[in-house]
Amino acid sequence: MDTTQITDAPPPSPRPPVLVPGRAARAATRPGDRVFLGLARGSGIFLLLVMAAIAVFLTWRAAAAISEDEGNFLTTFEWNTAGTEPVFGIAVLAYGTVVSSVIAMLIAVPIAVAIALFLTHYAPRRLSGPIAYVIDLLAAVPSIVYGLWGALILVPHMNGLFGWLDDYLGWTGVFDWEGGPARSMLTVGILLAVMILPIITNVSREVFRQVPRMHEEAALALGATRWEVIRMAVLPFGRSGVISASMLGLGRALGETMAVATVLSPDFLIHGSLLNPGGGTFAQNIASKFGEADEFGRDALIASGLVLFVITLLVNGAARAIIARRKEYSGANA
Amino acid sequence: MNRRALALGALAVSGALALTACGSDDTGGSGNGDAAASAQAGNIKCDGATGQLLADGSSAQKNAIDAWVKQFTAACKGVQINYKGGGSGAGVTAFTQGTVAFAGSDSALKPEEITASKEVCEGGQGIDLPMVGGPIAVAYNVEGVDNLVLDAPTLAKIFSDRIKNWNDPAIKKLNPEADLPDLKIQAFHRSDESGTTDNFTKYLIATTPDNWKYEGGKAWTAPGGQSASGSSGVAQQVKQTPGAISYMELSYAKDSSVVAIDTGAGEPVKASVEGATTAIADAKIVGTGKDLALEVNYATKAEGAYPITLVTYEIVCDKGNKADTLPTVKSLLTYMASEDGQKILAENDYAPMPDEIITKVRETVAGLS
Amino acid sequence: MSTVVQHPGSLKGARLPKWSPWAIAGGSVAVSVGLGLAAGIESRIQWGLIASLLFVLGTYVLAARVEGRRQAKDRIATSLVWVAFLLAVVPLFSLVWSTVERGVKVLDVYFLTHSMGVVGDSEPGGGIYHAIIGTLEQVGIATLIAAPIGVLTAIYLVEYGRGALARAVTFFVDVMTGIPSIVAGLFILSLLLILDMSFSGFAGALALAILMMPVVVRSTEEMLKLVPNELREASLALGVPKWRTILKVVLPTAVGGITTGVMLAVARIAGETAPVLLLVFGNPFINNNPFDGAQASLPLYIYQQYANSAGSEAAYDRAWAAALTLIAFVMILNLAARGIARWKAPKTGR
Repeated sequence: MDTTQITDAPPPSPRPPVLVPGRAARAATRPGDRVFLGLARGSGIFLLLVMAAIAVFLTWRAAAAISEDEGNFLTTFEWNTAGTEPVFGIAVLAYGTVVSSVIAMLIAVPIAVAIALFLTHYAPRRLSGPIAYVIDLLAAVPSIVYGLWGALILVPHMNGLFGWLDDYLGWTGVFDWEGGPARSMLTVGILLAVMILPIITNVSREVFRQVPRMHEEAALALGATRWEVIRMAVLPFGRSGVISASMLGLGRALGETMAVATVLSPDFLIHGSLLNPGGGTFAQNIASKFGEADEFGRDALIASGLVLFVITLLVNGAARAIIARRKEYSGANA
Repeated sequence: MNRRALALGALAVSGALALTACGSDDTGGSGNGDAAASAQAGNIKCDGATGQLLADGSSAQKNAIDAWVKQFTAACKGVQINYKGGGSGAGVTAFTQGTVAFAGSDSALKPEEITASKEVCEGGQGIDLPMVGGPIAVAYNVEGVDNLVLDAPTLAKIFSDRIKNWNDPAIKKLNPEADLPDLKIQAFHRSDESGTTDNFTKYLIATTPDNWKYEGGKAWTAPGGQSASGSSGVAQQVKQTPGAISYMELSYAKDSSVVAIDTGAGEPVKASVEGATTAIADAKIVGTGKDLALEVNYATKAEGAYPITLVTYEIVCDKGNKADTLPTVKSLLTYMASEDGQKILAENDYAPMPDEIITKVRETVAGLS
Repeated sequence: MSTVVQHPGSLKGARLPKWSPWAIAGGSVAVSVGLGLAAGIESRIQWGLIASLLFVLGTYVLAARVEGRRQAKDRIATSLVWVAFLLAVVPLFSLVWSTVERGVKVLDVYFLTHSMGVVGDSEPGGGIYHAIIGTLEQVGIATLIAAPIGVLTAIYLVEYGRGALARAVTFFVDVMTGIPSIVAGLFILSLLLILDMSFSGFAGALALAILMMPVVVRSTEEMLKLVPNELREASLALGVPKWRTILKVVLPTAVGGITTGVMLAVARIAGETAPVLLLVFGNPFINNNPFDGAQASLPLYIYQQYANSAGSEAAYDRAWAAALTLIAFVMILNLAARGIARWKAPKTGR
């Protein structure tokens, strides 16, 4: 980049401020402008290059690993990369990642929306400020701390709930429990729910706060109860915002590594029961297998990383599309 | 904006700089083991060892290395040894990529790894130096049961989910005196690939192939049980979970009860340092040249020999070690193989190498270049 | 409604007295405790669940009888919202509480100013000084890389961005926000191997920078959009070139928001463990040089203390204390960000 132009550029204040229509359009031709635009555009292009590099590199390494895979990469229930005939597949990981995230979403989204409503419409004003602040902070608590808490506090406290679920719902098979430490997919899902709760709450709260006052007042004037106001004015307005908030949370749950790695008892089987230990997620598997993996094993893990990457990309794309629609609809800051 | 941002930045940088000046490394001076350190320090030859040494590998020998490093750095000021117990695989990979000075590994180098090591070791290759013996204890957590005896078939059935309760007749038969509770057996295995798993399953395959039909290797392949990461992880779970049982290096089993193995010898053998050394004496060297890889006889019935024993190696280049780290590596390995070094092992629940083997190790270490 | 007929003087329907929610709550807690004790249910969590269920049901039944269906629905929504809030508070509170309670045990000046040095993983002693230095340096370098690039990209998107390139950048910034941190770590690791470099704090910083950039772009973008167009137009109308307009008019107006965004991004990456785990190697000794040699970092330290210690209490205490330090660090950044946001908030904003 030609940096000398910055210093050599003439003092950029033309004496006679002649206002010619269309002048602004030509402003980009000034040397200073060109350099600045170059810098800004360069940064944007750099970001694109980084993304492209990540994608290309993941694909390249993954392809090398998958071509040597003796099993089926999509359906094999095994991860053994050390032998002379490496066999590995992502079926278990994909299942575990999806299941734990879905559990997390099922728990976190309704509660987060309720808390957001609580903060914007129910809580006494004096209470809502500090609570909102604390939840903001919790969104920034590092995931390893959640992991530590999950492994040392949450797991021992899950036994009661697990026993109860097994007693009353064990016959479904989904909630069958054999006893033993509660290091299962359900615990992971609950921990992930606790983790993403603050994020979803934050964004939803912002959305609910932007509901036009007039809509609510109009509903109140018609004699609606508070719940009816929320159902008729607040929720419809905030729906797409809540969805995109949930997608944000989902993105985080899908890629969460350390919290899952500390809590789950992993294995390479798909279990019908959510309460019995086992299963695994992409990120957890990478983190826990990485240490012992040789070069080929790492490539195999990178291949699974690629799948995670694609899944996250799809989820984010969906969130993006929803946000884009909302923008057209509300017209704010477009 | 710029000035303020600059000021903020300057503040942050100067703050960080100020911080970098005020900390210090914990040299363990106030901790325990003080007396031992000063007693031994005189016997360690530093021989120009300086600077920082990176090493990675087996978590099984991490505790042993911790103990050695404590003594070694007390004697040789200015040396920092950073051994990360990232796992044998990680260690060997890092070694063949040239990012660490030596690696710790639970299994000897494979032929292709030796080939890869030739790129790092100019004019030489990577060799295995057996340095630490680790009895793999089977630890359990059953209240009121102290001296549990198990044999290979029972172990195999417990770890493959075929014996599910502590009051199972098979266990009762081996422990007629014990008051075995009606408690679910919760077996734990390693979730990561591990030399410990490899050795444990090798033992089961060697002694009771009828009851253990699963593949050996570093990854756990049998059904049932829960898993946890690292020796430390399984140890933690056994400690926390009533009814739990798992295998781990003896040094990790400090706080739990340990199973005595019925090997067919006169008395059941409890995991112990002496038992492991006795078993290793039964092993034969299978490495060629300077490589001292060992093959343990798992089916040993020798009196007092503890059969589930793991030999962990230090992996270095025989020739062509990096010039800047060679003095430190050599001096550290010399200390490890010395009488003092091996003695410390026993204090930390590791098994010293038998004399015959360690003498060969000393010779090889002396010839490293 | 029948109630209105019975009280012709009043426009309001019958209402439950103001204290009724409290009474119902008290009642349901009492019943659940009784049930819990009687049925021998050990878990307090279950007691809580039963109590909340009873509360919701009780409110609905009472309200439906006294106030009518619509009011009852309103009440049930209110009580559900409260219950949800309380349910969520329990784990979050437990998280904060246990960190503080267990963290303060070994947290003292010695702990903050010493490294682990030769202290074994399962022995007491040692400190986190080396990890603090590592985290500060890695996060600092990541910020130095990511903040300028992020801000410039945001400027490009808001001030210049029309057309396919801008759309592509916007899209991929969003995609980048979702990159799992471990994938970013893997990427940098393979770069290291290709370039034949060793582990260092700098490598960790690069991965953190990848994670940080999209967050900075997003928040800066939002802030720049809030700058009123009138300001830009006025400046341009005076003949000021566009780049000077951006530097002297647009950025100063938005600087508060931008700084907040950057600080929140810093807070976010300060807690990243996975990429650091792969890239900086970890080091029990102090290493002040991020460009050479292995370093430690706070999240990595917490993980190692948890994972390598065979359940030793001393190591757990250290892990909690380090967690507390990390949370405090993140919290201070958050507070600072909010302070700056308030102090510098554009007066013309909403």
